[in-house]
Amino acid sequence: MNALPFTIYVSFAGALLALAAGTRSHSAARWIALVTALTSFALTLLVASSFVPSPGLQTIIDLPWIAELGIRYHLAADGISLTLLVLTGLAATVGVLFSWNIEHRVGEFFALYLILISGVFGVFLSADAFTMFVFYEIAIVPKYFLIANWGSPATREHAAMKLVLYSFAGSALVLAGLLWANAVAIAHGSVSSFSLNDLAAAATHFSRGEQIGLFALVFTGFAVLAGMFPFHTWAPTGHVAAPTAASMLLAGVVMKLGAYGCLRVAMPLFPVGLAFWQPTIAALAIIGIFYAGFIALVQEDFKFVIGYSSVSHMGFVLLGLAAANSTAVAGAVLQMFSHGVIAGLLFAVVGRMVYERTHTRQLADLRQLPLHRLLPFAALTFVLAGLASMGMPGFSGFPAELTILIGVWKTSPAWAFFAGGGILVAAAFTLRAIQVSFFGSTQLSPVAASASEPTHAGSPLHYEPITLAEKVGTALLLAATVYIGLKPDVLLDWITPALQSPLMQGALKGGSL
Amino acid sequence: MNTIPLLSLVVFTPWIGAAVLALLRGTSPATTRALTLAFSLSTLALSGLLLTQFDPNSLSPQFVERHTWISALNVHYHLGLDGLSLLLVLLTGILTPVALLASWSFLSPSPPLSVSPSSGPRLFGSLFLLLQGAALGVFLALDFFHWFLFWELSLVPAFFLIKLWGGPGAPRAAYQFVVYTIGGSAFMLVGFAALFVAVGTLDFTQLAQLGRDGTLAAKLPGGAHEVVFLGVLLGLAVKVPLWPFHTWLPATYAEAPTGASMFLTGVMSKMGVYGFVRILWPVFPVPLHNAAPWLIALALGGVVFGAFAAMKQTDLKRMVAYSSINHLSYCLLALFAVSYATGRNVATGPAASAALSGTLLQMFNHGLSAAALFACVGVLQTRKAHALSRPSGTGVPPVSLHDFGGVRTAAPIFAGLCGLSLFSSLGLPGLNGFVGEFLIFRGVFGLHPAAAAIATLGLLATALFLLTFWQRVFHGPRAGVTATAFSDLNSIELATLLPLVALMAVFGLFPGLLTGLFNPLITSWADHLTLP
Amino acid sequence: MVPEAALVIGALFVLALDIAYGRRRTLESRLYIAVITGTVAVVAAMYGAFSSGLADSVFGGALILDELTMATRLGVLVLAWITLTLAGSTARLRHPAEFVAIVLFATAGFTLMAAAHQLLVAFVALELASLSLYILAGFDKSKPESAEAALKYFLFGGMSAAFLLFGFSLIYGLTGSIELHEISAHLAGHPPTPLLSVALVMVLVAFGFKAAAAPFHLWAPDVYEGAPVSSSALIASASKLAGLTLFVRLLWPGFGPGAGNVSTAAGAPGWLAIVACLSAASLLLGNFAALAQPNLRRLLAYSAIAHAGVMLLGVIAAGDAGNGPLFYYVFTYGIATIGAFGVIAVIERTSPCQRITDLAGLYRRSPLLTGCLAIYILSLAGIPPLAGFFGKFTVFAAALNLGGLAGPAGWLAILAIFLSAVALYYYLIVLKQALVCPAPVAPSAAPSSSVPDRIPVPPDAAIVLVFAALLLLLLGLFPSVLLRIF
Repeated sequence: MNALPFTIYVSFAGALLALAAGTRSHSAARWIALVTALTSFALTLLVASSFVPSPGLQTIIDLPWIAELGIRYHLAADGISLTLLVLTGLAATVGVLFSWNIEHRVGEFFALYLILISGVFGVFLSADAFTMFVFYEIAIVPKYFLIANWGSPATREHAAMKLVLYSFAGSALVLAGLLWANAVAIAHGSVSSFSLNDLAAAATHFSRGEQIGLFALVFTGFAVLAGMFPFHTWAPTGHVAAPTAASMLLAGVVMKLGAYGCLRVAMPLFPVGLAFWQPTIAALAIIGIFYAGFIALVQEDFKFVIGYSSVSHMGFVLLGLAAANSTAVAGAVLQMFSHGVIAGLLFAVVGRMVYERTHTRQLADLRQLPLHRLLPFAALTFVLAGLASMGMPGFSGFPAELTILIGVWKTSPAWAFFAGGGILVAAAFTLRAIQVSFFGSTQLSPVAASASEPTHAGSPLHYEPITLAEKVGTALLLAATVYIGLKPDVLLDWITPALQSPLMQGALKGGSL
Repeated sequence: MNTIPLLSLVVFTPWIGAAVLALLRGTSPATTRALTLAFSLSTLALSGLLLTQFDPNSLSPQFVERHTWISALNVHYHLGLDGLSLLLVLLTGILTPVALLASWSFLSPSPPLSVSPSSGPRLFGSLFLLLQGAALGVFLALDFFHWFLFWELSLVPAFFLIKLWGGPGAPRAAYQFVVYTIGGSAFMLVGFAALFVAVGTLDFTQLAQLGRDGTLAAKLPGGAHEVVFLGVLLGLAVKVPLWPFHTWLPATYAEAPTGASMFLTGVMSKMGVYGFVRILWPVFPVPLHNAAPWLIALALGGVVFGAFAAMKQTDLKRMVAYSSINHLSYCLLALFAVSYATGRNVATGPAASAALSGTLLQMFNHGLSAAALFACVGVLQTRKAHALSRPSGTGVPPVSLHDFGGVRTAAPIFAGLCGLSLFSSLGLPGLNGFVGEFLIFRGVFGLHPAAAAIATLGLLATALFLLTFWQRVFHGPRAGVTATAFSDLNSIELATLLPLVALMAVFGLFPGLLTGLFNPLITSWADHLTLP
Repeated sequence: MVPEAALVIGALFVLALDIAYGRRRTLESRLYIAVITGTVAVVAAMYGAFSSGLADSVFGGALILDELTMATRLGVLVLAWITLTLAGSTARLRHPAEFVAIVLFATAGFTLMAAAHQLLVAFVALELASLSLYILAGFDKSKPESAEAALKYFLFGGMSAAFLLFGFSLIYGLTGSIELHEISAHLAGHPPTPLLSVALVMVLVAFGFKAAAAPFHLWAPDVYEGAPVSSSALIASASKLAGLTLFVRLLWPGFGPGAGNVSTAAGAPGWLAIVACLSAASLLLGNFAALAQPNLRRLLAYSAIAHAGVMLLGVIAAGDAGNGPLFYYVFTYGIATIGAFGVIAVIERTSPCQRITDLAGLYRRSPLLTGCLAIYILSLAGIPPLAGFFGKFTVFAAALNLGGLAGPAGWLAILAIFLSAVALYYYLIVLKQALVCPAPVAPSAAPSSSVPDRIPVPPDAAIVLVFAALLLLLLGLFPSVLLRIF
């Protein structure tokens, strides 16, 4: 347990080292980043291996920080944090592997990348709202530079700005909510504190109106980052413009920050507000699932398909949270993990394996290429990732969606049926993507036929082979999704006790698995 | 209890085969072929072993394997085998090798250009073995979690088999097929989520128990019970398919390569019917009973419209596809009729047991005859492709009724075997199709006479179009493709058709061989037809 | 009075030294000597400020030495030191000694403002500082913009001084005293009169001018743009800090009873309402006008106006939460701004730096400047863990603690929080040029060299810039260091 904060420090130290090393040797920066990410990942796994689930956060470190405002540097973890920490470690490691081919300003790239990672680790470990907010913002700014510097040239500046402003506007809402909550707590006679426990205790005295308003502020603020409709528009643009590793992290981990904030801060603190807004959130989540799904169904840009699919899948997470019972929330956390892994895979294929070889993301162009022959490994990966994304049993998406469905049914059968429809939409757009992108030209079209003749030496249809780094990264992610698909217990046994804590139970209506 | 997990072996041997094929790079196509066939035959061999130890008189599942899997969702790895499962395992065991033989060209040393990854044969073989394993898993799983896993995973290899090796319209057909099926499955999943909320288990035997004694209905008040029923019904109905959820079927069957069509109609459509018998009927006796009049109407729709639509087709594959809808609707008709009659003051015992036996037999028989018919159409396709001097595999040409004539004189052996399949499908006494349909009609007459009367219309139409097929293609002057060179069956094609036709004859003459496996089960079902 | 004495003596010494020895030396060495002498004076003043201890009343109540005085004095001196060092390494002035001397005079004015506890002393201190600043703004005689800036600054400043004096005289007339605590006692004992309102409005107008709050901000963009960089830096940082301290002291301990109430919707009327209006106007105008600025210095000016809005919010909250949040905010803002101007100054040694696009490719030309600039700008934007974030946080927290969202103060805080998202946009535009955009290839450069010229950074400038950046980081991580003073 005590090793967990070192994920933050190690990542940050790694960022400085990579920055320093990058000026001299690119490969040194790469290896530093890889070793850093692996160390963090190993730390999370090490803790996970001896983790004893218990209700409530297990405090790791708790120091007074800014005594004047009652702010403490308070790090703690429970099963939910641990799940997401492991995900972050995994995604970070794989992200480095998929950035191995970056040649431009390598040191800076990995420095920003690792700062982002350390911020993410920090958020998942914080038990003090102020601490969490600080880490949350630390994670926001590097995204701008990662996308604006290394993204795809056409849209990167616009996309980066949009993404960061959305995130920042969301965090402004959160900040407003936290400060207001603190003010109200003081007005009700509490001492100034931003500890989640203290705030939750104080919030029990809040009036209904205050709870409703505060919940709206804080939840919306976090939900922006989780890609909740109608605040999702940053996500597809951002994901598409970002370099592969950043897309993987954005969709895989950063969107989870938002959902985690909703779960860790908004819901336990303001249960009355939650009860009030529950139907609205569910409605927005369902609209998001369908809206993003339908858009993904007609997208002509391969990466946009995946970008919108992320929004659609995060809709399931939000729906699970909105259902607000132990099962649904456990499913939502499982889905966060699962989507983190699967989105990583999908972006890895689309952004790295395909785009950087074919230099096109237009489905219309890809349709002309017999890609499954040219890049069989990418095709296989994408098919497996696509299946996982569809919620095919045997992959992690399935137990997650099943658990969410079970939980949502407890709250409202109608929502569950909408969610079922959402699964169908997800299947439709994923299948279309698989079909059009990799298997677009099974019939030997004249163009492809002439181009694939071996006589055309050096024809554009010969792509560099998939590198070892890519293969290792893919294998890690695939192993994770299959392992959790077959043994969701591993995570559910961490998550479920965490939801039994008094803090969570205040927000949830009980009904454990 | 067995020390050897026989059922797991049955399910996973094909998957191991698929993995072996996928991992063995650079094997010669001949080795690939041999390996694929050998692994696919494992089911038949293992089910032979099962047959020797199977006790038909035991009513509970046998060879049970049960291990805790996901405690949070109360999921157990639970496999079991009863007469119904055994029948379908046998069917899978027979049909898979045969379907592989029908796809011999895809496994041949010179892979067809259209696919032509050098891994073509290996890919085809692994996909087929994956499909086989998934189907076996569906028939043996007794817990929703992995039942659904197999159920959904079967779509994946099927999708790629159709898409990569199918006809010109295959991409669209494959897409439609999978999306329709997943659409149904999604609602089934919601239904099972609701069941889990209500009773906290997804074990089929426990669910059936709870369904029978009415606990389930009590735990799902206020219409939720019916909604859940509808969700599960939808998932199964798309798979069979029940009219009017059949629209994906003709295109899919028509575009799929011959071997895949055989497997789809022979085994995968049975997964749906199996679901009806294994899940829907025991778990939801009351909603099924209440919905039975409507469902009977839908099944009749399938029987009648399926047959008439088949009559209108000129494309032979589509004709056979529609005939499948017709035949499978008989199975469902019988089941719905039994459910309809349950609890009404009708002397149901013998009629119900006849209808149920008929359902099970029809599942098996239709598997044989429809697969044989698709194999025959496949033969016609290769002949036509040959006549058009297109290399085999470059997009199989659609074959129409009018492409042929006088095949009987050109290829007497083929004509004989195809004729037998046609007549089996038509329900000629002495061949296997007759027994099943006869029992179904007998049962349904006793349970719901009006439905039986209407269903005869379908019988009539079936006779008409099958005879048209027979007459147009095999009789008359040699015309069209047949006019030039039309070679008779080669050894591979013979190996494909002969076992099927032989089995048709055997089971036509000795249906007891099959009924013996499940008679005690049927009797016990028929004896306990009560509503909670 | 030790700091002021040290500064004034230092200034005179600088001048004398230059007259005595400067004639035969180069401009550079004259500047060097002047800056070193000035730095010694500043350090001496720091020691004086630090060792003077606390006293409620000095010179018969003319001055006060409380925590705020000490903090402000030290803060102002730190900022002055940074200004001097930057000027020493970057400025190319024709009269280096005079420049340094005037900076020292201005600083003496600032430290006096920090301690003033009587209307007359306050006015004199303010005028000492202002007059010095007018000169500093126009110091670059070679540039017409500089003269324009000085004139504009002088005219607005003179007008505001007139307002202030008029206001003071009215207050004296009403209360019969220039001692702040006596004024306060009188105001508490008597109901407000219309004349008092007029007086308060006049004081606030002057205050608005000093803080560059809308609608009295008009001088700021032109001065920031036209004045020599070091002068702009001083005007933007130390002058603000001293001015805020002076006025918060005038307003709360002096006119506190006339404050009224803005923590509830229907609070009593008073000068707080006016400050709230100024604050809202500054926030809106500053943030939105900054969006459209292609000129880096004007952008900083508008951002300063926006920050003034937050500072006014801090003034509103100071009555309840004390001066801690306000001081923290203004001081860290000063450090960040002076740092940003310092970066501009260093760049200007080799190439012009007026437009934002002039920063393009800075990451190639000087990683050190880029890193420092990123820290300053992100601190201005309020990104944790930098000090700018915590400054905002504590001011907003104080404002919200006045009464939650029941009154204008709370809503003003919410408005400021949301506008900080707007602000991020223009700050990122600046950083985008510095960190993302490639450097334009100079037409004079040889076509083969695609690597742009590196910008040489003088070591002393590098030290103060890094010092400022580290200060922002450390103060952000450990804000208690400053907050504990109050």
